[in-house]
Amino acid sequence: MTETSTLKMIARDVSVWYGAKQAIDKVSIDVTTENVTAFIGPSGCGKSTFLRTLNRMNDTIPICRMEGKIELDGDDVYSSGMDVVQLRARVGMVFQKPNPFPKSIYENVAYGPRIHGLAAGKSEMDAIVEKSLRRAGLWDEVKDRLTESGTALSGGQQQRLCIARAIAVSPEVILMDEPCSALDPIATAKIEELIHELRGRYAIVIVTHNMQQAARVSQRTAFFHLGTLVEYGVTSDIFTNPREEKTKDYITGRYG
Amino acid sequence: MQEHTVKAFDAEIGQLRGLVSEMGGRAEAAIEGAMIALVKHDSKVAADVIANDKLIDALELEIERLAIQIIALRAPMAIDLREVVAALKIASVLERIGDYAKNIAKRTMLIGNLGKIEPLVLIPAMAEIAGQMVHDVLDAFGARDADAALLVSETDIKVDGFFNSVFRSLVTHMMENPTTISNAAHLLFVARNIERIGDHATNVAEMVYYAATGEHMPEREKLAFADTEQGG
Repeated sequence: MTETSTLKMIARDVSVWYGAKQAIDKVSIDVTTENVTAFIGPSGCGKSTFLRTLNRMNDTIPICRMEGKIELDGDDVYSSGMDVVQLRARVGMVFQKPNPFPKSIYENVAYGPRIHGLAAGKSEMDAIVEKSLRRAGLWDEVKDRLTESGTALSGGQQQRLCIARAIAVSPEVILMDEPCSALDPIATAKIEELIHELRGRYAIVIVTHNMQQAARVSQRTAFFHLGTLVEYGVTSDIFTNPREEKTKDYITGRYG
Repeated sequence: MQEHTVKAFDAEIGQLRGLVSEMGGRAEAAIEGAMIALVKHDSKVAADVIANDKLIDALELEIERLAIQIIALRAPMAIDLREVVAALKIASVLERIGDYAKNIAKRTMLIGNLGKIEPLVLIPAMAEIAGQMVHDVLDAFGARDADAALLVSETDIKVDGFFNSVFRSLVTHMMENPTTISNAAHLLFVARNIERIGDHATNVAEMVYYAATGEHMPEREKLAFADTEQGG
């Protein structure tokens, strides 16, 4: 199903606990650069938790414990030698609510490259900022107001600014946790178009409650339920002819 | 099948299925009517079949409207999506079946008195099988029964067999007595229309099978055409 040449991340038998409560039960999945992967499932099914294991965002939760294996280009993400800051530059994240820094539009994008030392001087930084904003489809809207605060932008623009910020550090994977749920349909369409543009350049994994969105933006869909991966397959198959009864009930609106 | 969380969705799907079933019933009745018109040479029945075809056409439009509304407003997925698409396609096939029955009804008024000839026994028997196929395949759609759909598609070979017999019989008539050519040619078209109805019922069976299972129906054996060189 996946071409090994573009295989970016693999997860094998990943289980996660919050204290005594098991949130994820032995999930294995492959993420490729070729295909956008969507995680769907009802609230509390573990899809966001699983997404956050991919760049160790759950490390910040003290009671959270993880078992299993996650590799990024063959590197063990959970090995003691893994630099977490570096990992999160390679595996960027975009959240549900746009969260730009209370700084200028320019600084929002320049921040990452600066702390990672990716730009040698002002002109190089300018180039990174422009390229990132262009790829995020925001450049034309903000090029004359780069010194204005990022928080002054509209919600949809803020979300694209956050995507530009993630792109600026040249990640290999971009994780998106419900990136459009706070946006109107036009802003949502722009993000979806952007996901389409970015596909192939970055491995993209998106968690969404909106099944139509999963159908529109992804080529692979994973359905989670009660912490297990029920079904994972080609998106058009999942939405026209799912194999598992649970998937059928969920996507046709017969769930619970 | 388990109900949708949104009850109105179930109501709309139910309504759509009801319309398809009604349309199928009318198409089946049109085939029966056309045969009565043929065998009894009854122009009143023929006129009814022709008039009723308008109702079948109207049902097709109604199904199309409702299916598009469901797709637009409910965004159906998986079996729901397959069913709505099947309903759309089945409606257009049933409309064609109605047209074939209407065409037969029109021809019956052009055919003169035939007397008791073999094709007038074969053709109604053939039409009964084709009509039963239409009936059974709509039952299969109603019950989401892929096995029943498969059985219907396997019946088509009987209709094709009848067509070959009618064909040979009519060719013999025409060769023996050239004055029968005009009538026999009409009957040949009648038989041809029924043969097409059988094919269309088979197409519907394939749609029902796909809607119910998500898989395409396996390929089946087909009957060869009648030998047109026969006797010549």
